[in-house]
Amino acid sequence: MIRTEGLVKRYGDVVALDGLDLTVPKASVLGLLGPNGAGKTTAVRILTTLLQPDEGLAEVAGLDVVAHPDKVRERIGLSGQTAAVDEHLTGYENLEMVGRLYHLGRARSRSRARELLDRFDLIEAADRPTKTYSGGMRRRLDLAAALVAEPDVVFLDEPTTGLDPRSRAQMWETIQDLVRAGSTVLLTTQYMEEADRLCDDIVVIDRGRKIAQGTAEELKSQIGGERIRVVLATWDDFAPAQAILDGVAVDDVQVEEQTRNLSAGVKGGVDDLRQVLQRLGDPNVAVVDIGLHRPTLDDVFLSLTGHSAEQVATNGGGQKHTESEHPSKKEKEAVR
Amino acid sequence: MSSVALAFADSAVVAKRNLIKIKRVPEILIWTLMSPIMFVVLFGYVFGGAISPPGVNYREFLIAGVFIQTVIFGSTYTGAGLAEDMTKGIIDRFRSLPMSRSAVLAGRTASDVFYNSASITVMTITGLIVGWRIRTGPVEAITGFLIVLLFAYAFSWIMAYVGLKVSSVEVVNNASFMFIFPLTFIANTFVDINTLPGPLKTFAEWNPVSSAAQTAREAFGNTGTGVVPDVWSLQNPILYTLIWVGIILAVFIPLSVRQYQKAASR
Repeated sequence: MIRTEGLVKRYGDVVALDGLDLTVPKASVLGLLGPNGAGKTTAVRILTTLLQPDEGLAEVAGLDVVAHPDKVRERIGLSGQTAAVDEHLTGYENLEMVGRLYHLGRARSRSRARELLDRFDLIEAADRPTKTYSGGMRRRLDLAAALVAEPDVVFLDEPTTGLDPRSRAQMWETIQDLVRAGSTVLLTTQYMEEADRLCDDIVVIDRGRKIAQGTAEELKSQIGGERIRVVLATWDDFAPAQAILDGVAVDDVQVEEQTRNLSAGVKGGVDDLRQVLQRLGDPNVAVVDIGLHRPTLDDVFLSLTGHSAEQVATNGGGQKHTESEHPSKKEKEAVR
Repeated sequence: MSSVALAFADSAVVAKRNLIKIKRVPEILIWTLMSPIMFVVLFGYVFGGAISPPGVNYREFLIAGVFIQTVIFGSTYTGAGLAEDMTKGIIDRFRSLPMSRSAVLAGRTASDVFYNSASITVMTITGLIVGWRIRTGPVEAITGFLIVLLFAYAFSWIMAYVGLKVSSVEVVNNASFMFIFPLTFIANTFVDINTLPGPLKTFAEWNPVSSAAQTAREAFGNTGTGVVPDVWSLQNPILYTLIWVGIILAVFIPLSVRQYQKAASR
């Protein structure tokens, strides 16, 4: 449903997209993962006809976005940091307006607006101007606006950036419902957890380039599998503990004396963990904490780029290649 | 529906959205409607004693001028409204929708016709209170009001372009005053054009603001016995004004639509 080939976008000397290739099959979710300035928003803006690419091909629902922007717009919905609602209009008026502008007609626009307000738990706030809405409510309304015309392809640009944990969890549920109903979704995020939760396929981008692609599991296995980590109560038990871990480890046991941490890569998962626990009980090694750790996407990002995504995200403001033309506006949006 | 019908429908939806804003924030409308009252009273009584155009009471002479001046000032509202929209995400929403490309602009200028109608109504009432009278029939009077509205509509498109070009509400206001003041003062809006010195008089004679004011004055029967300068523009004020309206629309509609596409796709 979405395809790009060699997509390039420059802002003066700054290269926002440097030959991006993407493919999103029907009824699947692609996560575009990367720090601020990686080019995520630029890619979304090109695919939603808001921006012209300098080079390369971009197709949505089989339509070239440069040649047929009007036809593409009939098939897509956009929500996230670049889309918005009118603050003086009520939630209902916003959705009705969007319906009319999708040319659904008066009656259909009205019934769709009611349906969506109900579905997004905004029915009680339906007749209040949206400037009285909380950040989470605004985002939900914004997503509702993207779905008014039941689009084939939905673009969600950092749908949860700036939301509190509860609103974020709500938003995730909503997106999962959407996907179950058969929509094709392209989602950008800088949160590993979000990509992990929602996406069938993840493309990690950095500085406008794809640096990795795969399912969350594939990406994790790229940097090695699971590890058993043990925190000892006392360092006196170091030697027996190391010996026990060595028995199941696929590589060298890693040791950190200061934190009394030992860890070992394993293949057997929970079985290995059970075995280790049993053996630790035998000479009675005192353990503060033990667990099986899967690498997070954060670990993936760190190993792929040499820097953590969150780190760049928080320091990202001063970076040269910010992806939006209005960084101040974006920051404001995020604060809300 | 044909694409023209769709464009009209889309513009109406956007115009409705703009009018809802006036309803939600009525202060905007109230304060901007105060300024024409102020102009009528201020000019009428401050200049009223010093300026006396031949054969007509100054306050009666003044009203048509204030009409024109006020709607031109009012057109900055179009520019400011668009400049404000352009700084907000709602423009991205509009641009991602399959709506007509000109609807955001056509809707804005259309809703400002309502706004101008409101300010003309306020000025008419104020004028009637301070002694202005319509001395012609209803047909002439309605023609006068329509010409003023049409002239205002054309200026809205100029300011729409300015608003898109600068993209900051403050700049719209400051930049536009620099050209609106001379344009509305070097004309027959507030004084008899014959009192102006040479080059200014020539400018005033061909200034469309003069012909628009002259049209309104003739339509309301407020011309007095002053000699209308023997230039084509003021001898045929309706035609000359309509030509200007045509030129402004022909230039600034396509220019604004193009600027909108460009400004929004940065």
